[in-house]
Amino acid sequence: EPWEGHGISLQIHAELPCRRRVIFVLRCSRGQKYLFKAMVAFSLRTFSNKETIEISNVLLCNITKRVSFWFVVTDPSKNQTLPASEVQEAIRMNRNRINNAFFLNDQTLEFLEIPTTLGPPTEPSTPIWIIIFGVVFSLVVVGIVLLIMSGIHKQRRKSKALTETGDVEDKYETVVTIENGIPCDTLDSKEGRINRAFAADGEKLTSL
Amino acid sequence: MEKARPQWSNPLQFVFACISYAVGLGNVWRFPYLCQMYGGGGFLVPYLIMLILEGMPLLYLELAVGQRMRQGSIGAWNMISPYLRGVGIASVVVSFFLSMYYNMINAWSFWYLFHSFQDPLPWSSCSLNSNLMGYDEECDRASSTQYFWYRKTLNISPSIQENGVIQWEQALCLILAWLVVYLCILRGTESTGKVVYVTASLPYCVLIIYLVRGLTLHGAVNGLAYMFTPKLEQLANPKTWISAATQIFFSLGLGFGSLIAFASYNKPSNNCQKHAIIVSLINSSTSIFASIVTFSIYGFKATFNYESCINKVILLLTNTFDLEDGFLTSGNLEEMKTHLASTYPKEYSEVFPQIKNCSLESELDTAVQGTGLSFIVYTEAIKNMEVSQLWSVLYFFMLLMLGIGSMLGNTAAILTPLTDSKAISSRLPKEAISGLICIINCVIGLTFTLESGNYWFDIFNDYAATLSLLLIVLVETIAVCYIYGLRRFENDLQVMTGCKLSWYWKIMWAFVSPLLIISLLIFYLVDYILAGTLTYQAWDATQGHLVTKDYPGFALALIGLLVAASTMCIPLVALGTFIMNRRKRGNTSTIA
Repeated sequence: EPWEGHGISLQIHAELPCRRRVIFVLRCSRGQKYLFKAMVAFSLRTFSNKETIEISNVLLCNITKRVSFWFVVTDPSKNQTLPASEVQEAIRMNRNRINNAFFLNDQTLEFLEIPTTLGPPTEPSTPIWIIIFGVVFSLVVVGIVLLIMSGIHKQRRKSKALTETGDVEDKYETVVTIENGIPCDTLDSKEGRINRAFAADGEKLTSL
Repeated sequence: MEKARPQWSNPLQFVFACISYAVGLGNVWRFPYLCQMYGGGGFLVPYLIMLILEGMPLLYLELAVGQRMRQGSIGAWNMISPYLRGVGIASVVVSFFLSMYYNMINAWSFWYLFHSFQDPLPWSSCSLNSNLMGYDEECDRASSTQYFWYRKTLNISPSIQENGVIQWEQALCLILAWLVVYLCILRGTESTGKVVYVTASLPYCVLIIYLVRGLTLHGAVNGLAYMFTPKLEQLANPKTWISAATQIFFSLGLGFGSLIAFASYNKPSNNCQKHAIIVSLINSSTSIFASIVTFSIYGFKATFNYESCINKVILLLTNTFDLEDGFLTSGNLEEMKTHLASTYPKEYSEVFPQIKNCSLESELDTAVQGTGLSFIVYTEAIKNMEVSQLWSVLYFFMLLMLGIGSMLGNTAAILTPLTDSKAISSRLPKEAISGLICIINCVIGLTFTLESGNYWFDIFNDYAATLSLLLIVLVETIAVCYIYGLRRFENDLQVMTGCKLSWYWKIMWAFVSPLLIISLLIFYLVDYILAGTLTYQAWDATQGHLVTKDYPGFALALIGLLVAASTMCIPLVALGTFIMNRRKRGNTSTIA
C-alpha cells in the first residue's frame, strides 16, 4: 500500500526502553513494519559496520493509532541497546533511501531529533539568465545597427537624387511664384498651400 | 521645398499608439488596489462618473490641440499664446523626469523575465543558509518572493542615506531596456507606428489567457466575490472620489505632451473626437478587465494560503493528540478544537499558542499596489500554479509590453518638440537626437540601480509628476477656453475635422474639468501640508518587513526641486516672454 503520510515525529524519552519514535500517518501494516525494520538494520550494517545486525534486533514498541512508534536497536554481540547517537547517524546517512523505500519524503517521514540536511540547490555554472540576456541584447543591438545603416543609405540616395534634379526643381519653383503673382507668405496657412500637381511631380523626382 | 511632417500610415496606428501609451502599468497594478480599498464594485460608480466629467473631455482637448497645431507640445502652446510656451516646456520637463525612472520598471521586468526560464523558479523557495541546516534568516522572516525582490533583485539598503554600489545586473537590464526603447523610436513614427501594433495588442492576449487560467483556478471565486461585493458606504468617503478622479487623470497620461505629440502626426481631417472616446473607454475597460484577472489570482493565492494554514493546524493537533489521520478535516476543525480543549485541557493549553487563527478574509485583505503587487504578490501566486514557468514568462512579457508602450509615448513627448525646433533638427539627424536622449536618461537612471535605488525611485514615482501635471492640465484647459477662445477653437475644429462641438464638450472644457482639477490641487496641497514631514517605506532585513522612516533633508530638497523644475517653467517663461516683448516694443518705439 502506498504511504501517504503527513508527518512524523520522533521523541527521545530517556526513561522508556524504546529510544526512538517514528510516526507514520497511515495504517502501519505488518509488511511495512518489517520493511522499516529492514531499512534500519541495513543502515546500521552499512554505515556503522555492524555486520551482524539482524532484523530481529530492531524493536518497535508503543505503536499508536496515529502510526507512530518508538524503536530501539539491540546489539547482538553485547546484548544491550545501541547508543542513540550511533543509530541517529546511521539513519541520517541513509535517509534518502529510507524515504524512497516508503515513497515518502522528508516532510512526510519524520524522525525526531534527526534534522533534515537540506540538499544544496543545483547551480549551473553560468546562470541561465545571463544566457538569455546575452541573446536578447545581441538581437537588439543588431536591429539598431541595421536600422541606422539603412537610414544612412536612404539619406545618401536622397541627397544624390536631389543634387541631380535640383536645378530643374528651382526653375519650376520660380515659375510658380511668378506666374501666380502671389508670394507664398501672404497665403494664410501654417502648413502652406500645396499645389497638388507640382507636389506629385516633386515626390516622383525625389523618390529615386 | 518644405519637408513634409511624418504621419501615421493609417488612423489605426494613431489609435493603437494612444492605447499603447494610456494602457500601462497603472491599469494593472493601481486600479485593482483602489477598487479593493474604496468599496469593491461600488468604486466603479465614482470611476465612471469621473471618466465622463474629466477623462474624456481632457483627452479630447489634448488630441484636438495636437492635431490642430501640428506641433509638439512646446510649439503647440507657443501658437496658442507665446506667453504659454512655458506649459509646453513644463510638459517636456515632466516627461523627461518620467522617462528617467519609468524605464527602471522595464529593467526589472526584464530581470524577472530572464529568471523565469529556470526550474524551479528562483523565488519559489528560500535559499539555504551557510550550514545547509535551515533557510536563510532574512528569507525565513519575510517570504521567499519578498526575499527575491528585496535582496536578490534590489539588494536594498536599510535606508536612503546608505547608497551602496551600483548593482551591475540591474544596470545591464536597464541598458538593455533603453536599447529596446531606442530601437523602437529610432525612426520616428515610421518605426513607432509598427511597434505599437505589438505593444497595444499583446497585453490583451496575455490578459485573456490569464483570465481563462485565473477563473479556473481553485479559490478564484473567493477573490472575485470579495472584490465585487460593493461596499457602498465607501461612496460617502471623499477619498474615494478623489482617488477615482486622480486615477482617471493619471491613467490617461494627460499633461505629458505625449498625446499632443501623437496627434500632431495625424492628418488634419482625422476624427479625433471619436478616437478620444474610443481610447478613454478602452483604457477604463482594460482597468476593470485587469482587476478581474488580478482578483481571481488574489482569490487563488488567499485560498491556497488559507488552506495551507488550516492543514498546518490539523497536522499540529493530529501530532499532539495522536489522532488518526483524516480524523480532523477543515470542516470539523472548529468543533474538534473545542472538544479537544475540554477533553485534554492541559495539553491543549500547551499547544494553543502555536495554533494560528486562519482567516480567508485576512488573506484577501492584503491590498498591495505598485511594484509590490507585480513582483511580490503575483510571483507568489504564480509559483503555486502548474507550469509556473510559462505563466511567469507570459506575465512579465505582458508587463514589458505595457511598460515599453508607455515609454514610447514618453519619449515621443520629449523628441517631438526637439525635432520640431529648427535649431536642433537642422544640426542633428533624428537618430542622433533620440540616441542622445536615451544615453542621458540611461546614465541618470543608473542611480536607481544603487542599493538605495528603490527609495530614489519612490521619490520620483510619488512626486515628479503628480502635482505638476495637475497644474499643467489646468493651465492648458484655461488657455484653450479663455485665452485662445473657446469659440475660436470650436471654429478651428469644425474647419479641420468637420465635427461640430456638442454642448457636453463645451461645458466640460469651460467649467467642470477645470473646477475638478482645482479641487484635486487643493486636496493635494492640503494633504502635503497636513502630513508634516514626508515619509517613506524602508525594508528592514532584520525584521523582514517594511518600516516607515522620515525623508532626510537632501531627499526633501530633491522633491522640492522636482516639483519646482516643472511648475516654475510656466510663470518664468511667461515672465521672460513679457520682458522680451517689452524690450522689443521699447526698441521699436525709440526707433520710431
